[in-house]
Amino acid sequence: MATEREPPPLGDAEQTDFRELEDGDDLFISTASTLESSPTSPEPASLPAEDICANSNGPQPAEISLDDDLEDLFAEATEEVSLDSPEREPILSDEPSPAVTPVTPTALVTPRVEPKTIFVPAMFERSKEELEEEANGDSFDMEIVVSDPEKVGDGMNAYMAYKVTTKTSLTIFNENEFSVKRRFSDFLGLHSKLATKYMHIGYIVPPAPEKSIVGMTKVKVGKEDSSSTEFVEKRRAALERYLERTVKHPTLLHDPDVMQFLESSELPRAVSTQALSGAGILRMVNKAAEAVNKMTIKMNESDAWFEEKQQQFENLDQQLRKLHTSVESLVCHRKELSVNTAAFAKSAAMLGNSEDHTALSRALSQLAEVEEKIDQLHQEQAYADFYLFAELLSDYVRLLTAVKGVFDQRMKTWQKWQDAQAMLQKKREAESKLQFANKPDKLQQAKDEIREWEGKVQQGERDFEQISKTIRKEVGRFEKERVRDFKAVIIKYLESLVQTQQQLIKYWEAFLPEAKAIA
Amino acid sequence: MASTPEENDRNSKLRSVSVDLNNDASLMIDIPDALCERDKVKFTVHTKTTLDAFQKPEFSVPRQHEDFIWLHDTLDETEEYAGLIIPPSPPKPDFESPREKMHKLGEGEATMTKEEYTKMKQELEAEYLAVFKKTVQVHEVFLQRLSSHPVLSKDRNFQIFLEYEQDLSVRRKNAKEMFGGFFKNMVKTADEVIISGIKEVDDFFDQEKTFLLDYYNKIRDATTKAEKMTRAHKNVADDYIHFSATLDSLSADESTALKMYLLKLAELFEKLRKVEGRVASDEDLKLTELLRYYMRDIQAAKDLLYRRARALADYESSNKALDKARLKSKEVQQAEEHQQLCCQKFEKLSESGKRELISFKGRRVVAFRKNLIEMAELEIKHAKSSVSLLQSCIDMLKTN
Repeated sequence: MATEREPPPLGDAEQTDFRELEDGDDLFISTASTLESSPTSPEPASLPAEDICANSNGPQPAEISLDDDLEDLFAEATEEVSLDSPEREPILSDEPSPAVTPVTPTALVTPRVEPKTIFVPAMFERSKEELEEEANGDSFDMEIVVSDPEKVGDGMNAYMAYKVTTKTSLTIFNENEFSVKRRFSDFLGLHSKLATKYMHIGYIVPPAPEKSIVGMTKVKVGKEDSSSTEFVEKRRAALERYLERTVKHPTLLHDPDVMQFLESSELPRAVSTQALSGAGILRMVNKAAEAVNKMTIKMNESDAWFEEKQQQFENLDQQLRKLHTSVESLVCHRKELSVNTAAFAKSAAMLGNSEDHTALSRALSQLAEVEEKIDQLHQEQAYADFYLFAELLSDYVRLLTAVKGVFDQRMKTWQKWQDAQAMLQKKREAESKLQFANKPDKLQQAKDEIREWEGKVQQGERDFEQISKTIRKEVGRFEKERVRDFKAVIIKYLESLVQTQQQLIKYWEAFLPEAKAIA
Repeated sequence: MASTPEENDRNSKLRSVSVDLNNDASLMIDIPDALCERDKVKFTVHTKTTLDAFQKPEFSVPRQHEDFIWLHDTLDETEEYAGLIIPPSPPKPDFESPREKMHKLGEGEATMTKEEYTKMKQELEAEYLAVFKKTVQVHEVFLQRLSSHPVLSKDRNFQIFLEYEQDLSVRRKNAKEMFGGFFKNMVKTADEVIISGIKEVDDFFDQEKTFLLDYYNKIRDATTKAEKMTRAHKNVADDYIHFSATLDSLSADESTALKMYLLKLAELFEKLRKVEGRVASDEDLKLTELLRYYMRDIQAAKDLLYRRARALADYESSNKALDKARLKSKEVQQAEEHQQLCCQKFEKLSESGKRELISFKGRRVVAFRKNLIEMAELEIKHAKSSVSLLQSCIDMLKTN
């Protein structure tokens, strides 16, 4: 019965929400089908369709207007809960409420994705997953390179401009290869927009790289030493990783701000990025988390999964920080080793010059040369230690903060729902009191308010369901990414170590005959 | 700690800064045993001899570091040996570095896991042991250089050192003498300045002086830099311990496919750190210790040059005195005798000095060759084993 349906005419948006009809009767042709447990007239809660269409810049929480337009119940897609999820239970409550929730932008802002014509019952989630698989798996074809840092301007107003080149075969973009010039505040601006749009509904938005006053000042002032070059390189690499992570996220990839960032040659200057830096956003999130904790939310956790995951991420965070510290120490010591080896090389060269035995003198000079090459080797290895490992770890420490933030948003959402329920209770009590007073006006008002808050309660519940669901998916994706990232980096790092050792063998094997030649 | 055959073998391999000295059966010395009590190290000096000068064919005595210093200084001050390079005295046992690290480790115990702490402690104990072995070796070599020297081996004080069963502290410098020695060094330095101004008559010694003065400065600098380098290398090896331990705890908490990766990585780094540690200690023995030893040896050679220059100055002033006496016709006999003595002394010094310096150069070149070859071979060996460890880990991870 639910196998073949034509895609409902929903403008450009793709229809992704389907639910098997229980009794097949109440099919709302306007858009999606809904799950209706009973044919009783549903509570008036309509969703203006326009809220969730391609024109919007992101998902807005569906506004529930108390229109009396009872027929137009399902202007847009239905709730994104699969039939079998436990979260469904609360929805099939006494009050048959049309479980309507805002559809995520992925489903909507995809003007060029072919709408699926085969609708498998209760497969909403899966079909969306298939979409994401396409975005993430073999057919994901997108390469972003941040390069050519260029200093623009002079003095304290100077800044670094980076070239952002995108190579892709995805059809959502106008071309296959294009590049733009961006500065650091542009990246921060992008992140702040994404965080504002997506974090409160449970999406893990990759954090932008940190601001660094010291680093940037050196560059502005024109200090052309190795530390400022290192700083620029570190930043360039961090910006590249940031973009790569962002576009790997199927939802964020299709976000118009992201596409604009990658494609359009002119970008409006992001203002007040001071507050909107990666650190700024995370600070906001942390403050929210603190506030949440201070409210001493004793959340009635119906799903142990969330508690477990939170604990797991807490542990992971601690361990990663510890590992990061140990890698930093390694980098530091290796750099020291490199410097000391260089100093020894010079000293050995001087000793070789001073030596009056010819063959020994030559051998000592050769030793000096070997040690000089080795010091280079140590330095390169230190770079590998850093850029491969240390930066990966610090990226993940910051990502975990975003993850924690998202869990806290869920708590906030839950609290909002509870608050709405409390308010509804109050209104009901007020109404029942008024029942016995002879004030028809006030009674009507009370009834209206009850209806309003009932709607809010339903919305709160839906929001909570939605964010819980989103988080589950996001966490799944995050873990997959994490495993992939770490595996790749570990292999690369080990290969760098192998290379270093093989070079060492070469150098010493070249030296050995020189030592043997001492007569 | 009694030494087993393997330890003896290892000890002989350690004894690399100088060529094998202990092969003259008429007088063989070694330090088979040593005890470390707080700051003091007690060496057991064991002698085997066929010479009649000694009372027994085989005997052992306990000696402290200060006894070695006494022996060296006594030889150094012996007029008769002025034309010889006196083997440099062994440096004081220095456990400062591992002790400091052990202290720091104790302070940081709370921040690390039990396994990590145990590993660090083991590593430090090994370091302590390495310092200990080094100091034993250096004291042993000192004695062996004496025993293999044709003249010095017959020295009476040397025999006393080897044989005398009682405590030597009675014979050691008392405070007054020590101060005397201190002043003597100061005077020597002042004299050196004066004497380096003396016109050298002999090309050989002229070249040697120039060479040794310059070479000493260079080798001293190289020793310092080499020591810094090997220490930094040791730090990297130690960092691998922490790295491995943290990876281990990460792996324990991990439930994804990463668990195995992290575990393997932790195991790998535990093995790698042992290799890196050996690289650091081999560099230390073959390079730093080599440079350090010859730095001190060159100082001894410089001392010889100084003594000769002093004798030259004496000879020249005795000539002047003789001329003056002849002029005044007063005490000419005395002046002539004195001049004769100075001349003989100077010529004897020059002759023996030349011999000593030539053999010293030969010894130095041989030792450098041996150690540089051994170091290069060890570096290659360790790098190859690192490569094999790394590669097998990579292969294992890739196939999973």
